Amino acid sequence: MSLLRVENVSKQFGSLIAVNGVSMNVEPGELRAVIGPNGAGKTTFFNLISGFLTPTAGRVTFDNEDITHMLPARRVWKGIARTFQITEVFPELSVRENLRVPVEVAAGHRLSPWLSADDDGEIRARVTDLMDMSGLADKADRLVGELSHGDQRATEIMMALALKPRLLLLDEPTAGMGDQETYDIAQLIRKLHKDQSLTIVLIEHDMRVVFHLADRIMVLAEGAMLAEGTPKEIAANETVQAAYLGKAAA
Amino acid sequence: MNPIDYNKYTATVIVWLLLLTMPFWLPAIGGYSELGTRVVVLGLAAMSLNFLLGYTGVLSFGHAAYFGLGAYGVGLTIRYLVPSTGVGIVAGTLIGTIAGAIIGPMIVRLRGVYFAMVTIAFGQVFFFIAFRWHSVTGGDDGLTDWSRMPINLGFTTIDIQHDARAFYYLVLVVFAIAVGAMAWILRSPFGRTLIAIRENERRARFLGIPVDQHIWIAWTISCCFVSVAGALYALLNNFVDPRALYWTQSGDFVIMAVLGGMRSFWGPLLGAAIFVVLQDYLSSQTQNWMSFVGLFFVLVVLFFPRGVLGIIKRKVAS
Repeated sequence: MSLLRVENVSKQFGSLIAVNGVSMNVEPGELRAVIGPNGAGKTTFFNLISGFLTPTAGRVTFDNEDITHMLPARRVWKGIARTFQITEVFPELSVRENLRVPVEVAAGHRLSPWLSADDDGEIRARVTDLMDMSGLADKADRLVGELSHGDQRATEIMMALALKPRLLLLDEPTAGMGDQETYDIAQLIRKLHKDQSLTIVLIEHDMRVVFHLADRIMVLAEGAMLAEGTPKEIAANETVQAAYLGKAAA
Repeated sequence: MNPIDYNKYTATVIVWLLLLTMPFWLPAIGGYSELGTRVVVLGLAAMSLNFLLGYTGVLSFGHAAYFGLGAYGVGLTIRYLVPSTGVGIVAGTLIGTIAGAIIGPMIVRLRGVYFAMVTIAFGQVFFFIAFRWHSVTGGDDGLTDWSRMPINLGFTTIDIQHDARAFYYLVLVVFAIAVGAMAWILRSPFGRTLIAIRENERRARFLGIPVDQHIWIAWTISCCFVSVAGALYALLNNFVDPRALYWTQSGDFVIMAVLGGMRSFWGPLLGAAIFVVLQDYLSSQTQNWMSFVGLFFVLVVLFFPRGVLGIIKRKVAS
């Protein structure tokens, strides 16, 4: 049974059709990459899943529930967490505080006027776990706005993970990173996927990362789906090569 | 304790020591009890506004409405219903809070300047009601023929009516409860969601925080405490007039918060103190006192965007 089913979704902005009848099924535990040239509609497609935008046509189902028009916060409660192409964190708060907010939300405390000592202890422990997992522990009390781009990206991913999602959407997690940072983030994503069998959908431009991580790949071009399959199938697909990989690999 | 927490702790102790001893040293430097009370009352109003402005990141330009409702609430209660200061404060606070809670859902979807404009518009509605409804509110002449009542505690009676110092301490107790509650909320998980919204609304939304709902709650809390301040203000003057509801009064609260430092918990109190003292001193020298306050405000905003307390913090840190 698919965890996420996207059926024929379209999004039109005036006369521009950004996403045109795209479908996708993601199985539990799968890591799906969405690739495509700039302007292919990848981020718009992501926004339709996370609720940043609602589709003009089509349907999005998560865990057998129609979420097409559900508010973003509600989708998060259902288990969908996302990161953004341009890092979205709380720059004037420390790493610890950045992580604490989603940990508290996930623990059902978003409206709590106070925490018991037990709850507080559990939340602190969970924040520490998340920092250890991502190598942010030694920067716990630094303001996130002062950290390197790579550490900010890592913080954002850990914030999404703090929500204990069942589906993690990563929009270009390695954008703007150097080789070492890219490698670190790829390892982190791989660890989340393998160790916790977390279902992940990611948009990525770096083909090394995509072919290293993905179980299946979907290729978008000009708002429509061009191809879908395993990394091997996509690598061998001539339409894809012509439209995209050929240029990127050259 | 790390240095930042230590500084915050020291600041809190100093503020409370100054407030607790104010009636004793204020006359020595040329002040008087009512002046001290006014600082505390308007400080509470500015801190309530700052709960929204500094900690949730939402600018209200209509807080005078709830301040004024608190003021009229206490005045009307004592004049027409129950001659009791305590009941009056509770009634004023309830009226202001309920009005805020009802108006909230209509405005929390708006952001930035649109939010500010609509808060002004709603504020003016209350101003015109108070202005026009002469038979009940006294209209432009204000609500007179009432005064704060002695507080009967059973075993003793506190004469806040004639003893200005006793009234100051009553105000300070109410102030302490209100400010303590705000500090408590800001340290809670809910308070952290407000700071998250201020820092990055989009991120907050996609961390599962229903932003509009949280802003509505923060707005209502802020309206509640500003109406407490309004009730105390009316008791201080034994009088209310529609200017307490007028949008320029809202502007004064914003000036106090920004002047003192809207990113600091105590900043708006300092801003209120500067504002009230400048007003008191300059208005005895010139009719155009507001232009001097305005000039001071512009200079602070241009050169010290974190307010006067921001300057002090930087000095302490370096």
